[in-house]
Amino acid sequence: MRIGSPKETYAADEALFRTRTQWAWFGVLLAALAGFPFVANLYWLYLVCLVSINVIAVTGLNVLTGYTGQVSLGQAAFMGVGAYTVAWLENHTGSPFPVNLLAGSVVATGVGLIAGLPSLRVKGLYLAIATIAASFILLFIFKNWESVTNGTRGIGIEPPSAFGVALENPDTFYWLVVPVTVVMLLLASNLFRTRIGRAFIAIRDRDISASVLGIDLPRYKLMSFGISAFYAGMAGGLYAYFFGSINPESFPLLMSIFLLAAVIVGGMGSMLGSILGGIFMTLVPELLRYGIDFLGLFMENASAVLSPVRTVVFGLLIVGFLLFEPLGLAEIWRRIRRFFHLWPFRT
Amino acid sequence: MDWLFLFEVSLAGLGRGGLYALTGVAFVLIYKATRVINLAIGEMLMVGAYLFIGFGAGMALPLWLAVILALLGGALLGFVLERTAIRPLLGENPISVFMVTIGLSSVLVGLVEIIWTANPRSLPDLLPRDPIFIGDAFVAPKTFWSFVIAAGVIAVFLLLFRFWRGGVALRATASDQGAAYAMGINVPAVYSLAWALAGLLAAGAGILLGAISGASSSMGVFGLTVLVVVIVGGLDSVLGALLAGVLIGWVESVAGVYLGGEYEQLFTFSILLVVLLVRPWGLFGTREIERL
Repeated sequence: MRIGSPKETYAADEALFRTRTQWAWFGVLLAALAGFPFVANLYWLYLVCLVSINVIAVTGLNVLTGYTGQVSLGQAAFMGVGAYTVAWLENHTGSPFPVNLLAGSVVATGVGLIAGLPSLRVKGLYLAIATIAASFILLFIFKNWESVTNGTRGIGIEPPSAFGVALENPDTFYWLVVPVTVVMLLLASNLFRTRIGRAFIAIRDRDISASVLGIDLPRYKLMSFGISAFYAGMAGGLYAYFFGSINPESFPLLMSIFLLAAVIVGGMGSMLGSILGGIFMTLVPELLRYGIDFLGLFMENASAVLSPVRTVVFGLLIVGFLLFEPLGLAEIWRRIRRFFHLWPFRT
Repeated sequence: MDWLFLFEVSLAGLGRGGLYALTGVAFVLIYKATRVINLAIGEMLMVGAYLFIGFGAGMALPLWLAVILALLGGALLGFVLERTAIRPLLGENPISVFMVTIGLSSVLVGLVEIIWTANPRSLPDLLPRDPIFIGDAFVAPKTFWSFVIAAGVIAVFLLLFRFWRGGVALRATASDQGAAYAMGINVPAVYSLAWALAGLLAAGAGILLGAISGASSSMGVFGLTVLVVVIVGGLDSVLGALLAGVLIGWVESVAGVYLGGEYEQLFTFSILLVVLLVRPWGLFGTREIERL
């Protein structure tokens, strides 16, 4: 049982890791992440790369939806912007991949700021619908701006190389995507210890009150859209490098719904939630595949129902979590932790 | 410029607009009574079309019976969705409810694909096939009859809202819930009624849409255009849904014919963005005033 953790300064109270135990666990986590490629096989490394990319996108969406309260169904389209920028730069200028990734994120940020403009006028549900519109318009551009996006045929991208090694397989790509994810997560967590982050939370809790308190709503809302799109752009760039080819079908509206589902399932307004949601939602389809393979022993062409079953399960997860566990997996995690902290007493 | 051609295209657009208007009324019905933005309306419509296939083609029932059963199935679906997924979230943040409807739409798409597979289907022939001419202009018979039926159904519903007890209860609940309660109106029952009626309307629109262009599991995208329609018209205005439905249908088919099919959605969503920026409450909607 843990007995209090007195803090003497505000800085200590705001710190990202408040106790030594937390620092220790963080170290353990980093060590585990560093050691993982040496023990896991390619399949698991592939999954971890995919999870990491999704976690970055989900984190961005969580900043916007979970912390600022602006529902967006355009996250996948912003990922597309990042991915196409990276692909274009890689194929036309041959600049090094860190530059491409950053450029992709910056372009996505710009597009996100434009797409966020309706947020100055409308909010809540109207805004969600405006982002659907923005996402459709972006998809239209992906399909029809042939000279840059190559239309529906899509673009192929060479894998990035660092120190003379081509990062083309999950075992090498891991060393790019996981550190980037860790850095992005730390940045996002730290954001909410600053004035900007607190302004976001104030806007989520009650935007009118926030503006009465002197928070410049348009500025901070747009900033939130920009940050969210930056994360999406980074995730999209990594996605393009990881899969080696992109086309307009890679970033459908369904993917935005998937990302929103991950935010809800993980826990809105919680960094842990972004991580858990990203992991959970990426692994669910894999688990379902095992389940369907198992079912295949008993019924014919069970694999044909995989995709619809996945659609149903995604929907049920969104509905179920909103109905029964609105704070998401992060809350379940907190409950478990509280149990052990307070043991042998009960909450 | 070929005026006759434009006229024909416009008529086709009006035909499509009739379906938008019909689905839009279903949407507005739910919104007015329960303040829920139902993103699953397109999927409810799809389920209606597939139920009709199931009863009409799968079980080989007579078509009139299949239509009635599909409509009742749609109503039942609306009722069940409201009771299981929407009712528990009563009074919650509207955004949560909105996201629940996104989840529901995903569930419905998946279920339809499991039961009827993802391949597009065509519906049993329902509408007369004789060509129709208005003046010199040719109108596809399916479009013409679906417009006529949609208009008829809408007219019946408008009369019901006006004169039927249930319709009056609906309007009372929409305008002031507390007062409706005080007057002895069973508000929870009104909620169920609104969803069931909307399910029925959506199923009807689904059968008509399926009769025109076949059914597929991506039919729900139609719902997104309906969303544009109701926002342009004003979320809580039946009149707005009707006018905006016809307007959007017309714009869509004119844009589709003169610029190419892929411009249809670009146009509708651009209209949506403009409306959201200029007049977010729509043409006929009530402007909400927020207080602390």
